[in-house]
Amino acid sequence: MSRPDVLIVGAGMVGAWTALVLAEQGLRVRVLERQFAGAGSTGAAMGHLVVMDDSPAQLALCRHAMARWQAIAPSLPASAEYDSAGTLWLAADDAEMAEATRKAAVYREAGLAAEVLDAAGLRDAEPAVAPGLAGALRVPGDAICYPPTIAKLLLERAVARGAEVIADDVIRAEGGAVHTANGTRHEAAHVVIAAGPHSSALVPGLPLVPRRGHLAITERAPRIVRHQLVELGYLHSAHTLGGASVAFNVQPRTTGQLLVGSSRELVGFDPGPNRALLGMMLERAIARVPLLARLRVLRTWTGFRPATPDALPLIGAWGDDARLLVATGHEGLGITLAPATADLIAAQVTGRAAPVDPTPFAPTRAMPAVEAHS
Amino acid sequence: MNRSHVDVLVVGAGPAGLAAATAAADRGRRVLVLDQAPEVGGQIWRHRDPATLPESARAAIIRARASGVVFATGATVLDAASPTELVIAFGPRTDRVRADTVILATGAVERFLPFPGWTLPGVVGVGGLQALVKGGLSVRGQRIVVAGTGPLLYPVAATLAKAGATLLAVLEQRTLGDLVPFARSTLGDLAKVRDAIRYRAAIGRTPFHHDAWVLAAHGSQRVREVVLRLGSRETTIACDWVATAAGLVPRTDLARLLGCALDGEAVQVDAAQRTTVPGVLAVGECTGVKGEAAGMLEGEIAGAAAAGDDGPARTLARRRAQGIAFGDLLAETFAPRAELLARATPDVLLCRCEDVPVGAVEPAWTARQAKLWTRVGMGACQGAVCGPACTTMFGWEVPQVRAPLGTPTCGAWHAQLTTPTDPPAA
Amino acid sequence: MNRDVTITIDGVPRRVVEGDLLAAVLLSHDVTTFRRDTHERPRAPLCGMGTCYECRVTVDGVSSVRACLLPVRDGMRVETGR
Repeated sequence: MSRPDVLIVGAGMVGAWTALVLAEQGLRVRVLERQFAGAGSTGAAMGHLVVMDDSPAQLALCRHAMARWQAIAPSLPASAEYDSAGTLWLAADDAEMAEATRKAAVYREAGLAAEVLDAAGLRDAEPAVAPGLAGALRVPGDAICYPPTIAKLLLERAVARGAEVIADDVIRAEGGAVHTANGTRHEAAHVVIAAGPHSSALVPGLPLVPRRGHLAITERAPRIVRHQLVELGYLHSAHTLGGASVAFNVQPRTTGQLLVGSSRELVGFDPGPNRALLGMMLERAIARVPLLARLRVLRTWTGFRPATPDALPLIGAWGDDARLLVATGHEGLGITLAPATADLIAAQVTGRAAPVDPTPFAPTRAMPAVEAHS
Repeated sequence: MNRSHVDVLVVGAGPAGLAAATAAADRGRRVLVLDQAPEVGGQIWRHRDPATLPESARAAIIRARASGVVFATGATVLDAASPTELVIAFGPRTDRVRADTVILATGAVERFLPFPGWTLPGVVGVGGLQALVKGGLSVRGQRIVVAGTGPLLYPVAATLAKAGATLLAVLEQRTLGDLVPFARSTLGDLAKVRDAIRYRAAIGRTPFHHDAWVLAAHGSQRVREVVLRLGSRETTIACDWVATAAGLVPRTDLARLLGCALDGEAVQVDAAQRTTVPGVLAVGECTGVKGEAAGMLEGEIAGAAAAGDDGPARTLARRRAQGIAFGDLLAETFAPRAELLARATPDVLLCRCEDVPVGAVEPAWTARQAKLWTRVGMGACQGAVCGPACTTMFGWEVPQVRAPLGTPTCGAWHAQLTTPTDPPAA
Repeated sequence: MNRDVTITIDGVPRRVVEGDLLAAVLLSHDVTTFRRDTHERPRAPLCGMGTCYECRVTVDGVSSVRACLLPVRDGMRVETGR
């Protein structure tokens, strides 16, 4: 390939979607990946495709992203493990039920299906959940997938449209060029850094920290859970930068396994695991889904979410130089927001209209002061 | 003894583990030995009735007990709170044991190379079938083919013959010529020669073939017949069992969980049996397959070292080196031949836990890549079966293991994780 | 000498030798399907020593127990073929 139009660093979900979207629009794309598609945060991720509404900007981006996922879903193979299971946001008390009702209204206004279930409705929808909850918000349009095979597949589709994938380890990036560990310099009209939490090593000053999460997966069993189950309290624990936290999060996989999360800590890239936190995470899960206690754990692992101080991703040019763009900082929404991120990057690179207002995601926007790490 | 804290915790009650435990206990240390199996002895000294054990084995077990070693059988290590604080399932109960020194004597597992029909019931390992027979499986009158490589073939075939099996054939993949250097080096070892003669006698008139292996196993609910390559010809024979493997590989899952570096497929150790993790030693087959005598020597070195005595590390250094050299010779002599690897055609299963065929992976990948992209190694065994096959077939790295080992229930393991650490014993 | 005890295999009572490995006992009683793979094909012991996980059966209501590590005891209730 002669000089590419776009160099993408990182073949995770964001990099793969971006490569595909750009290649489909006729641009010359080269992807530089130091391991293999989905090897980083994508490979550790839960694969929950979920609309969140912590802010109007986040909701708008999620809504657009979910539409893209729903459109591509029929063409995904079985190895993508795509399942339109929907999400149940569990409400523990009246205050959380009020929150569920508020969210339902917001989702419906945005054109997304949402219904509030009372305790009886929740029991019907999910008999495996222990009694004692007030109800839940049901979002049937949410889905579950297996990210690594999808990243691999999207990259292959991009290659079929003319994109190039090169195994190389980028160590430095600037507007229009990157340098790799073996001394090679790649040039392009635009460089897109989609390296997840490792992006800050390539772009000094990027307001990004890795936030570690734990996951545990069980053996196969007859399906006892039908939706992805998350506690509404999750939203509050996801957005404090200091301290460690766990939140209830249980996901049924198409294999018949249950995937249990979630936790958040700021520990750099320490792979851990933090056993005490893991124990709390499992304890919370068992309290909500008692049948879990009898299922066997096959293994646990950790992964690193790229987190920003204001919980919105970094999508677009870094500074005035539109030759260097970043596409990261999605925290727990990287899988979900990948297609929307790709569309925003493509709009910026081609000068076409963006499907969603990109201003809230501008990488150089003013950020709140970051709290000290715990 | 207070089980929560000991001086030396030995994982594995085979020859090396017993020797390590005895050496430490003789020097006044409180020693606890764990083993997954219901009885001590590891694989090579498996027994129900101690009277059936060779004298050396019986003596080693008696010695260990007499030295004050405490044994916990049916015990599985699930996890480690730190490299010297292990989380152990003692049957239905899970507990933590802290030690000043952990000695890994986790032994070896068989290397299984995929071939058509290898997942049929009735296709078992060579050591696997011996373990089942010693565990009470009746094979009287059953028609058995044993196909493998290395010294393990002889004692297993002898066990089966003595148990009344109809031993149809014993196959060694290597040619007679391949075995000459090995035979030459062991001729000087009278004990080994005596054993070989005894085993050969027990096998009696069973045909013993070299340059021979299993090509395929056929059957529906279980194996009914096996296709064999015997030198230059092929033959298909009806059978009830096919006991087949491709030699032994160090069992290093716990070592990897504790963060010990590997040297190839073995736990890396120095001359005093220290791993790369402080406080953790390793002995025996898990540091390289080299036989029980070498394992017992290494056990003595490690047990003494754990008790602060570096004497045996010095005095036994030469014999230790000889044991390692013997292990190298074993590995070189009995390495799986390329023809065995060629049996793994695209629709033969590579990962048995996740039902992933050989054709789903590319040799140029890494083990982690194959795992994330095709689920190879994602199952309960965490790569214990497919890992050695992929290392041999593709040169892939030994897969990582993740806590917990041994698939505890969420309930049992969570209870352990949230139990606060005991303060050190006064 | 180990005493004889009674266990049930898939609902059928059997006299077995206490302390024998459950995997060995099941095989001796012609159980060929310990568990089923994702395509419902039968699986049975391979390694005989607790590392391959092919011998998993349900014992006294607890699923996925490795039969090759478990000595039989009086009254054990074993279910196979899951």
